[in-house]
Amino acid sequence: MRISRQHKEMAIHGSFFAIASMSILVLTLIMIFLIMEGLPIFHQISLPDFIFGKYWYPTDDPADFGILPMITGSLSVTAFSSCIAIPLGLMTAIYLAEIATPRMRSIVKPLVEMLQALPSVVIGFFGMVVVAPLLQKWFGIATGLNLFNASIMLAFMAVPTITSIAEDAIFSVPEELRAASLALGATKWQTIAGVVIPASLPGISTAVILGMARSIGETMVVLMVAGGAAMTPTSIFDPVRPMPASIAAEMAEAPYQSEHYYALFATGMVLFLFTLMFNVLAAYIAEKKKQIGTASL
Amino acid sequence: MRPWYYIFSAFLVLSLTAPAMAANSITVKGSTTVLPIMQRAVEAFIAETGTPVAVSGGGSSNGIKALLDNSTDIAMASRKMKGKEIKLANSKNLTPVEHVIALDAVIPIVHPSNPVSNLTSGQLKAIYEGKITNWKEVGGDDGKIIVISRDTSSGTYETWHKIIMKKARVFPGALLQASSGAVLQAVSKNKNAIAYDGIGYINNTVKALSVDGITGSAATAKDKTYPVARTLQIYTSSAPSSAASQLVEFILSPKGQDIVEQAGFIRR
Repeated sequence: MRISRQHKEMAIHGSFFAIASMSILVLTLIMIFLIMEGLPIFHQISLPDFIFGKYWYPTDDPADFGILPMITGSLSVTAFSSCIAIPLGLMTAIYLAEIATPRMRSIVKPLVEMLQALPSVVIGFFGMVVVAPLLQKWFGIATGLNLFNASIMLAFMAVPTITSIAEDAIFSVPEELRAASLALGATKWQTIAGVVIPASLPGISTAVILGMARSIGETMVVLMVAGGAAMTPTSIFDPVRPMPASIAAEMAEAPYQSEHYYALFATGMVLFLFTLMFNVLAAYIAEKKKQIGTASL
Repeated sequence: MRPWYYIFSAFLVLSLTAPAMAANSITVKGSTTVLPIMQRAVEAFIAETGTPVAVSGGGSSNGIKALLDNSTDIAMASRKMKGKEIKLANSKNLTPVEHVIALDAVIPIVHPSNPVSNLTSGQLKAIYEGKITNWKEVGGDDGKIIVISRDTSSGTYETWHKIIMKKARVFPGALLQASSGAVLQAVSKNKNAIAYDGIGYINNTVKALSVDGITGSAATAKDKTYPVARTLQIYTSSAPSSAASQLVEFILSPKGQDIVEQAGFIRR
């Protein structure tokens, strides 16, 4: 029996639609589960007390469920790792897309992307065993397991993300733009700074924001090297306890459907909101500043 | 035939036979502290009986949860079941049975270069409350004490919290590590650090301190002179499968208790 082309086309459409809606459905179910398991904590504690509470003693009686130290921990680690990763990542991307010879590019790009394949537990172990004692010695600080160490390790992980997305964005800037700039007498560097980078800005912003989203959500590295003190940091050498580390460290031992368990899920909700915000921002910038043809610069 | 066809048929055969194999096998889940004992015991048990056993960690609470969900035969726990969990079990018409399989002494550890070798339980409490902050206050070299603790939900922390801290809070500046291994690693790399760990984890990369002049060991834990000790247990449902009760008996037998000792813990 021969199936008509039209039916075949419909079947293909249908199966793609089914698969796409399945992944959306799964995502929705995960979100619903997260919210259902997180909300009961707010019978015990008000939302402001949860977000702005300074003490996290989930197993005490009475317990304290304040996640402010975890939020500031997450934000400070993300901010510092961005300070390291953004310049490194962007400069590597510019080098790869604009300056490197094709041969060099074919060597360096896979190397950078291979960094992304390093398991985070390996990076965490490296930070714990090698970097922490070195930091302690060099800076004469009390402990090498701190915000600074975690930021360096997270930067390691964000650089490949930032580089590969930004490089794609820079690489896809139309050749006419460069040609026009050079024809007007601009030098290569002036062309990069004045034309290529502004033209690829949406892609670059997306790269930066996705790199930051990776840092705020990363779990294993912060669990191993951030030190884990539930205290708002006052210096970059203070130990911190970002939200993912707190969830990962405690979930296995929190009694099922206890207040502690609900509080960890609620922390997960807050973390989810943060990463969602980053992603929405990335999507918004990419959409708003979208380059259409060469005329809109 | 193409290679993928072989792979597919191999997969099909495997997926058909896997449930059949699982029928008289045992699953064990729970505490990572009990895990080293269980892994050794299960190796010997399999060699002796041929019954397949699947062991995984995941934490005491996860083990107990799995037992209540009927997704494991045996739960390992470094703490006793909590009132809430027992209530939950009763509401599901389950009465889990506790079997104490070993004793564990929780021992304070410092860097090997630290001259301090004994602390009183009062000093330990003050250090963990953030009241004593320099090693010279307790007879050591001048240097800020780096306090390392397990996170608050760990069973080892619970023992420490109850016996040493007398339920007072560990100060927020303490570094929390997520596992016994991480604690050991952190202390061995920091000459000003202090932490505590189960006796099975102590090795020569750190220095064990005595508490109130008593060295933590099998003998002092057993005669109860060493203050910071706890029991390690496994839970089975009220009507365990014959294979599961066989495994429990094996661990409680002299042979199983030898394995407990080999894993670095103390016979019950």
